[in-house]
Amino acid sequence: MAKQFVKGNEAIVKGAILAGCRAYYGYPITPASEIAHAAAQYMPLVGGTFLQAESEIAAINMVYGAAGTGLRAMTASSSPGFSLKQEGMSYLAGAELPCVVVNIMRGGPGLGNIAPEQSDYNMTVKGGGHGNYKNIVLAPNSAQEMCDLTILAFDLADKYRNPAVLLADGFIGQMMEPVDFPEPVTEFAEKTWAVRGVDQDRRNLISSIELDPDDLERHNQKLQRKYEIISNNETRYEEYQLEDAEYVVVGYGIVSRMIHTAVDQLREEGVKVGMLRPVTLMPYPTIRLKELAEMDQIKAFSVIELSNGQMVDDVRLAVNGKKPVEFFGRMGGNVPSIKELVHEIKRMMRVV
Amino acid sequence: MSVKILSKSEAFYDTYERRPGSNKDQTHYCPGCGHGILHKLIAEALVDFGVTKNSIVVGPVGCSVFTHYYFNAGNFQSAHGRAPAVATGVKRSLPESIVLSYQGDGDLAAIGGNEILHAANRGEAITVFFVNNAIYGMTGGQMAPTTLIGQKTTTTPYGRTLENEGYPIGMSEIISQLASPVYVERVMLADTRSINAARKAVRKGIENQVEKKGFSFIEVLSTCPTGWKMTAPQAEEWIKTTMLESFPLGVYKDIADQVEPLILHKDTVPSRRVPKFLGLNQEGEGFDISQMKIAEDVDQEIKIAGFGGQGVLSLGVWLSEIGMREDLKVSWIPSYGPEMRGGTANCHVKLSRTDIGSPLVTHSNILIAMNRPSLEKFEADVVEGGVIIWDNSLIDIEPTRKDIRNMPIPATQIAKDLGTTRISNVVILGVLAGITDFLDPDVVQRVLPIIFKKKQLLSINLKAFQKGLELGRELAN
Repeated sequence: MAKQFVKGNEAIVKGAILAGCRAYYGYPITPASEIAHAAAQYMPLVGGTFLQAESEIAAINMVYGAAGTGLRAMTASSSPGFSLKQEGMSYLAGAELPCVVVNIMRGGPGLGNIAPEQSDYNMTVKGGGHGNYKNIVLAPNSAQEMCDLTILAFDLADKYRNPAVLLADGFIGQMMEPVDFPEPVTEFAEKTWAVRGVDQDRRNLISSIELDPDDLERHNQKLQRKYEIISNNETRYEEYQLEDAEYVVVGYGIVSRMIHTAVDQLREEGVKVGMLRPVTLMPYPTIRLKELAEMDQIKAFSVIELSNGQMVDDVRLAVNGKKPVEFFGRMGGNVPSIKELVHEIKRMMRVV
Repeated sequence: MSVKILSKSEAFYDTYERRPGSNKDQTHYCPGCGHGILHKLIAEALVDFGVTKNSIVVGPVGCSVFTHYYFNAGNFQSAHGRAPAVATGVKRSLPESIVLSYQGDGDLAAIGGNEILHAANRGEAITVFFVNNAIYGMTGGQMAPTTLIGQKTTTTPYGRTLENEGYPIGMSEIISQLASPVYVERVMLADTRSINAARKAVRKGIENQVEKKGFSFIEVLSTCPTGWKMTAPQAEEWIKTTMLESFPLGVYKDIADQVEPLILHKDTVPSRRVPKFLGLNQEGEGFDISQMKIAEDVDQEIKIAGFGGQGVLSLGVWLSEIGMREDLKVSWIPSYGPEMRGGTANCHVKLSRTDIGSPLVTHSNILIAMNRPSLEKFEADVVEGGVIIWDNSLIDIEPTRKDIRNMPIPATQIAKDLGTTRISNVVILGVLAGITDFLDPDVVQRVLPIIFKKKQLLSINLKAFQKGLELGRELAN
């Protein structure tokens, strides 16, 4: 297909529909609203459902209903709205329902602002709602990946019967880039557990309630095993200029694009620096970071986020004290310039 | 005279295997509780209408959290108060199924007030059973929004008061005021006669869905001897003597006979035809890069700024659309959000032969300033030797920098002379094509018809581009 120049937010919807998603329930919020706009435009054309719900809470529960029927279903929001969805996401995780939820992060806490932040890392990657659960979390850094990772999110959600979150920031949602859209997905896993209103599904039950402590513990253990399998099979990351690197800069989403440029500039100055960019945040590339930390060549790590330092905890856990791990973050919707990044990376690497 | 044989409805399981413990024959409800009676009325109606096999029951949180122990249907257990939203998702996905949402008073009228109100207002084609027993049974007898004035509960130990909690909420009264619901009735389970009346209402609610008539709401005043601290007969009596004063029975709304059946079916589009509906061009556009006259090295960082409405964001998009067809890497990012509405807008555009890292332009090599604030704000960020194109028909100052290429263009005036000021951005596009080496004018003129949505304005736009191109070429020499 010819490339199309689209907004990241629109690429999500086109990717979702190509992935066979036929149900979108959502509530408008800047900077995620274009996702709802595009879903409202395209879902009816392909025989799907678009419904603007009365709240984020209702929207995620509509997704619960639609996903329970076996349909590929999604919702999207931005930080404050994503907070509201946490109750429903806990139920989806507990009932092991596949769905895709998009969070185009903005500045917080509270109403904050509409500028890009990465301050929902903990809420998204560590669970967010009540209970021992995890979301699969994918972090796109381009409009192309907004499409590709949405499709992957639906596949992983179905494969593991687990909610999958596309975690992006306001910039990735708002920016436009050429996207090479793939052919539509035509083969889907059979969902024998779904409730489809037919005789053979009458014994099926979509539920997260387990009254007996032993039953609930077994259910939780099963979920933990599932997360382990996901970690073993689905970890994805991108490496840039790491072959001979002495310093590793870690960042995801829009920040990884900036680090990319900063690494190029630092390399021109002769600084041996490279980037590790997690594409999946759950599962996290812990093993790769551990390997890097054990390499003599690597002297230190630095983590850059648009937050108070949330992902840095996961890097520190992986590196486990073997090498220094420094952090630089901006908040409030501010984004560092490349000059600032170069300076900060140098500072962190003790090069200056 | 026919003989009626009383037996368990086929819409119930033979034995309640999902129920923990050894007693698989009886419900988990307290003696004298109304839930079991309502379950029975529903199960019988499902069988009578022949819809047992394609029924789906969405259960709530509360005493009836375990509807899935009993109904031999598809079953959903939902979060507290959210059953109507879950039922919405189910019914929209399976319009041919019969979807029942079953909720108690705390679930429906308190924590789920928003979900029921909007499901009703949308006229979701579902049937809602609302069990009103004026108390929270499962959590230990706390006040419900339907608790009566003076009624003692564990959270109103001195009795509910008007001053502190207000009046009990009348959900049938509220729901019946909405335009969409087709049927709203309040019934009670207090004696044989009232149970018979309730049976009719339950049947009507399900029949409406079978006939695709829309949203039906049946409120059922029901006993809670345990929560009320009464015997079963006392509880039945209390409904009749006390609850009825606050919750009068009756049909609050019934327009089922007056409405046409809803068309709920959706035609699904086969996968292979989906790209067409998404506006994706599977054929390709036939641009031949080898024929294009553009530079070997392209590394442009452009900032375009002006008032909202001057088309500065569009100009950035066009540059990118053209660049994409020239096989360049491109990115565009706006200053987004409400701060740009009616005020100044700007966007960052990058075009390059190599992969684009950060899409943000902090130091532009081309600044296009369409109003004075933009020139003032961004002039300092232009790299040494960079270009500043500014609309001198609108801006009454000059750039102060001497280390840049100063290009005043009366774009708005030129556009006005051509017929409309709205095409000043196309004039600038022409100028850019004239002074730079990354926009092949032939490609631009082939791309414009693809990207301009209003085809009747194409010829004037092409004229504006030509005018700008000539001006740009003059300036370049």
